[in-house]
This record gives sequence, structure tokens and C-alpha cells, in this order.
Amino acid sequence: MLKLNKSDTLLFIIVAAMVLLAPFILNPFPQGSSLAQMFNAGYPDLMQRFVIFGILVIGFNILFGLTGYLSFGHAAFLGIGSYSAVWMFKLLSMNVIPALILSMIVAGIFSLAIGYVSLRRSGIYFSILTLAFAQMSYNLAYSVLGNPSSNYNLTNGETGLQVYSNDPQYFASSGAPDTPHLFGMAMSDSSKLDIGSWQFTFNNGYYMSGILMLVAFYISIRIFRSPFGMMLRAVKSNQQRMNYTGLNTKPYTLAAFVISGMYAGLAGGLLSSMDPLAGAERMHWTASGEIVIMAILGGVGTLIGPIVGAGFNEYFKNILSKINDGILHQWLSFLPDGLENFIVGILHYFVGKGWHLTLGLLFMMVIIFLPGGLVEGGQRLAKLFKRKKTEDGSDSNNTPAE
Amino acid sequence: MGILEVKNVGKRFGGLQALGDVNLSVAENSVHAIIGPNGAGKSTLLNCLVGKLIPDTGSVMFDGQSVLGRKPYEINQMGISRVFQTPEIFGDLSVLENMLIPCFAKRDGAFHLSAFKNMMADKGMVERAEHMLEEMNMAGKHAMNAAALSRGDKRRLEIGMCLSQEPRLLLLDEPTAGMARADTNNTIDLLKQISDERDITIAIIEHDMHVVFSLAERITVLAQGTPLVEDTPDNIKGHPKVREAYLGETQDAA
Repeated sequence: MLKLNKSDTLLFIIVAAMVLLAPFILNPFPQGSSLAQMFNAGYPDLMQRFVIFGILVIGFNILFGLTGYLSFGHAAFLGIGSYSAVWMFKLLSMNVIPALILSMIVAGIFSLAIGYVSLRRSGIYFSILTLAFAQMSYNLAYSVLGNPSSNYNLTNGETGLQVYSNDPQYFASSGAPDTPHLFGMAMSDSSKLDIGSWQFTFNNGYYMSGILMLVAFYISIRIFRSPFGMMLRAVKSNQQRMNYTGLNTKPYTLAAFVISGMYAGLAGGLLSSMDPLAGAERMHWTASGEIVIMAILGGVGTLIGPIVGAGFNEYFKNILSKINDGILHQWLSFLPDGLENFIVGILHYFVGKGWHLTLGLLFMMVIIFLPGGLVEGGQRLAKLFKRKKTEDGSDSNNTPAE
Repeated sequence: MGILEVKNVGKRFGGLQALGDVNLSVAENSVHAIIGPNGAGKSTLLNCLVGKLIPDTGSVMFDGQSVLGRKPYEINQMGISRVFQTPEIFGDLSVLENMLIPCFAKRDGAFHLSAFKNMMADKGMVERAEHMLEEMNMAGKHAMNAAALSRGDKRRLEIGMCLSQEPRLLLLDEPTAGMARADTNNTIDLLKQISDERDITIAIIEHDMHVVFSLAERITVLAQGTPLVEDTPDNIKGHPKVREAYLGETQDAA
């Protein structure tokens, strides 16, 4: 189906089903219960982040996973996409289509320029170059191009770029919503479905982003299975042999860089489409680092890894930052008071504002025990399960013989 | 006029004159060996032929065209394939993919953006790669990771990858270095077969005299960056200058 082989088709169908049914899957606990407050993730803001960061990391994986070139500046393209989208909102209309198209084009142009220079080097030097370019972009956006009193205020600095009522919006139609919309369908609008004490939210913005993620995922599968994808893996494996096989590695790596930059631009445009406010912090190097972490968490060079990594990271970030001392006391109330206070005192540093610490520890555990990321964990479980099954099978075959 | 004409090539690394004044002509469809003691400049010469180094002086012509200043991939596309001393293959890729890459490189050129074609659905390419693997006696190993192959298999795979590009000149850099005697003999047989069955010129750099004298039709002896003598194997064997510079020692050792 869709020109994919059997296992890829199955994978795609599973991912598509999960994306489309996410409002149900992510809301397993009834509305209002304390578990729901903690663990339910089926609300628009978080679901949007799942799929948008999924797009970002899928694109990053085409570069890092296939060619092995570790870009430490992909957040720059995310930010550039965000700013481009907001500019389209300011100048044309709040329709997201031109915003998304421009964010991909501008991010593509920037990645072409940055990639052309950075790809002159490989390994750590490439990473440093991309990092330098990203920090340059960040500083340009934060101060130089963001001075509200200058004529070249492209980014509006610290305040962040947003849509004001006196913006021209040349193509705005009078009946359209004043938030980002798709031909009149506001991204922020949701419909709710109540079943018993459960409530499920279906958000327009989430579904648009989700469908775009499925398209992005489909394209990435096609790239992985194409001769082009094989050449990218060959770059990672042995550049020397590539050169002596008559292949010019540079356009291959540059194409991968631009494709992944455009994915990041699309993700940035989507972030702005969900909330039309673009700030420079999106381009900060820590944001670039987070992309790398998500890719490695999920499993570099695998198809599904980026989606798993992005989802895992966003979900745990969300839960961990929601836990506070009060909730910890509630959970540990069965312990004697002194011990309870002691444990809460320690855990205090790992939750709430300290979520980085826990996520960092989780990341270390994955790197040490599952170098192939969470996908490797899944594969190991599947293998274990399979082995048990075949052992049972061989036993039953052997019994009659005996 | 040979297919490969090296004229007055010199190369200096700082104070070391690696190649003095090398003249070499490799006749089409022959097997030409370049031998010489360690440090004679064999590898430097080879690197000048494939674009890894640019000689300071002289010219290198392949089939009437200069290769100087061209990048390795461009020279390869002209029809020169190189086999390395330690097999250079794509270790992370499957054996079949290893063979597919040169097939695509031959058909599609140095760069081709085919991001939406399904590689395995390209029957012509897959058949060609499978056929070449069969010829290299590796038919059962398609799905294996190339890094997991034995040394001899890696060597055969690399030679097969080069041949699938249908090069006019195959350069081999000590193809049997570090091999057991049985593997060495297999490689000799394979190279003989290649040279007999195909329209191909083979230039080989080799330490192992057994390999050189079983394969070569012409031999150039290189010493201290300059060609000492060029002749047929029989004449080389008896040549006093060569014995003095090189063969005397190795024959005693053997």
C-alpha cells in the first residue's frame, strides 16, 4: 500500500491510528480524578507539542540518523520557521497555509547557506559550526534584528514577534477568525466528547499538525527506502569508499541538511500557527540540544524512534514539572512523618522546576543500557517474547517425537 | 600509447623526494605490476593516479585525458576503480546494498536525487547487483552486514563492487596483504579470471612476488621514487639491477 513494503505499511498504519486516536489514548483516566490531573495528556497544547516536535525530530533524523552528521543548531531553523509564519500572519492573513509554506521556504534557504558552509567539515567541527551559526541566529533575533525602535525590527526582540491589530493583513477576509485558522477553521477551536465521566478533546490545530506529521513520516519512510537514503547511509558508513565509487558526497549531505532544515521550518511554522507568538528562546542552543536528546532517546537512524523520543521527552517534561511538594506528600502519606518529610525533601529536587534532573537521569540510563534508544528497548522486549514463543513451539513439536 | 600514461611525475613532501621522475605506460587490457621495496613511492604514485594527491610536476593521462586536478569521484567516473590495501566497504550496510551503490553510481552519476524511488523495486539494478554477487561467490550472503564478512569475502566484495562499475582500469593496492596463502591463491585466481574474461586493464601494486609473477604481463620496478626498469616478468627475474635492489633479499628470505 502507498508504495511501501509490508512492515513499513503496518508501521505507518499503527502510527496513523495512534495519531488520529490520540485524544482517546492519552486520556485514560476519568475527568476530574487526581490521576487524570497528573497523567492525562489528552489536552490540545500537549498533543500539539507531541506531533510538532515529532516532525522536527523526524527531519533531524534524516540528517543525523542517516548521514551521521550531528547538527547542533537545528533550533535555528525552528525559530526561523516560527518568525516567518508570524510575518505571514502580520502581512497577509491569519490563514496558516501561506505561513507554513513561507516557513519551509525560508528555513530551506537558511539551511542551504548554513549547510553549505558547515558541511565543509565533518565530525565535531561540523557540530561546532552549526552551533556557532545557531547562536549567531539567536543573538541576531534577540537583539540586533529585534530592536523595536529600529527600521529593521524583524523579530521584536525580547517581547517576541506577534500580530497586532494595526498590522496590514492585506488579504484578511472580514469573517475569518482573528487567530490562526485554516480557511476559517480556527486552530484553537476544539470539540469535546463526553462519555461517562471521561471527556475527550478534539482540537483543530492538533489534527492539522497530526496529519502533517503523518505526511512528514510517510516522506521520511520513502527517503529511508530510496537509493538516496542508501547513499546517505553510505556517507555515514564510509566516505572514502563513496569518493572512490564515483559519488560526490557533498550534494548528498547538503540535500539531507536542507530537507531536515525544512522539516524544522515546518515545525516552527506550526508552533506559530498554534500560538502566533515567536520568541528568540526557540533558537537557543539548549533548544538545539533538546532536539539531539529527543532523537537519541527514541533511537537514531530508526523510522519510529524520532516520534517515540519526542513523545517521551514532552510527556515526561510535562508530568514531572506538574508534580509539586504537596502532591509528593499526598503520595507518601502512608510513611511515618519524619521519613515522609525526608523523602519529599530529596524528591523535591527532581520534580517541579527540577524536572531537568530526572529527565537527565532517564537520558543517561537510556544511553548506558539502551544505546539504540527506546526503540532498541522495544526490539529487545519483542525478541524476548518471540524466543519464548518459539521455545514453546519447539517443545510441542518435540513431544510427539518422544 | 597505453591507456594510462604517466610522464615525468614528481612529488615532494617537505625534504623528502617521494617520486623523482616517473614515466610509466600501461598498455590496454594488460596486467601491469608495480613493485619495489618499502618507501619506493608505490603508494604515492597510486595516490597521484586517483586524485588523492596532485603531483608537483609531470602529467597523468588516462585514455587521452588528464586526470590531474580532478577529484577522486570524477576520476572514478572516468573509468578508474581502486581496490584498497585494507578492504574499504560499507560496513554498516548489507552486502547487497554494498553492491547496489556502485551500480547506482554507474547509472545515475556522481549525484542523483531519487528520494522517492523504492530502491528494491528497481529490478534492473537489484538483478545486476545480485548477478555480480553470484559471480563473486557470495550469493548466499545478501542480507549479511558487510562488516561481519570474513577478510577474504570483504576483499572479493570490494573487487566485485569495483567491477560492477565496469571500469576500464582497475588499480589494486596490495590486494593480498595480510592474507593466508589459501586466500591469496583464491584472489590470484579471481584476478586472472577477471583479466581473461573482461576488457579491463589491471595495474597492481604488490609486495608478494608470488602474486606478481603469477599475474603480471609487465612489471615496473620502482626504487627511491624512480623506475629502475620495466620489462616482462621473465626478464625482471634475471635482471641484475633488480636483484641487487630488491629481489635478492626477498628470494633469500623466502
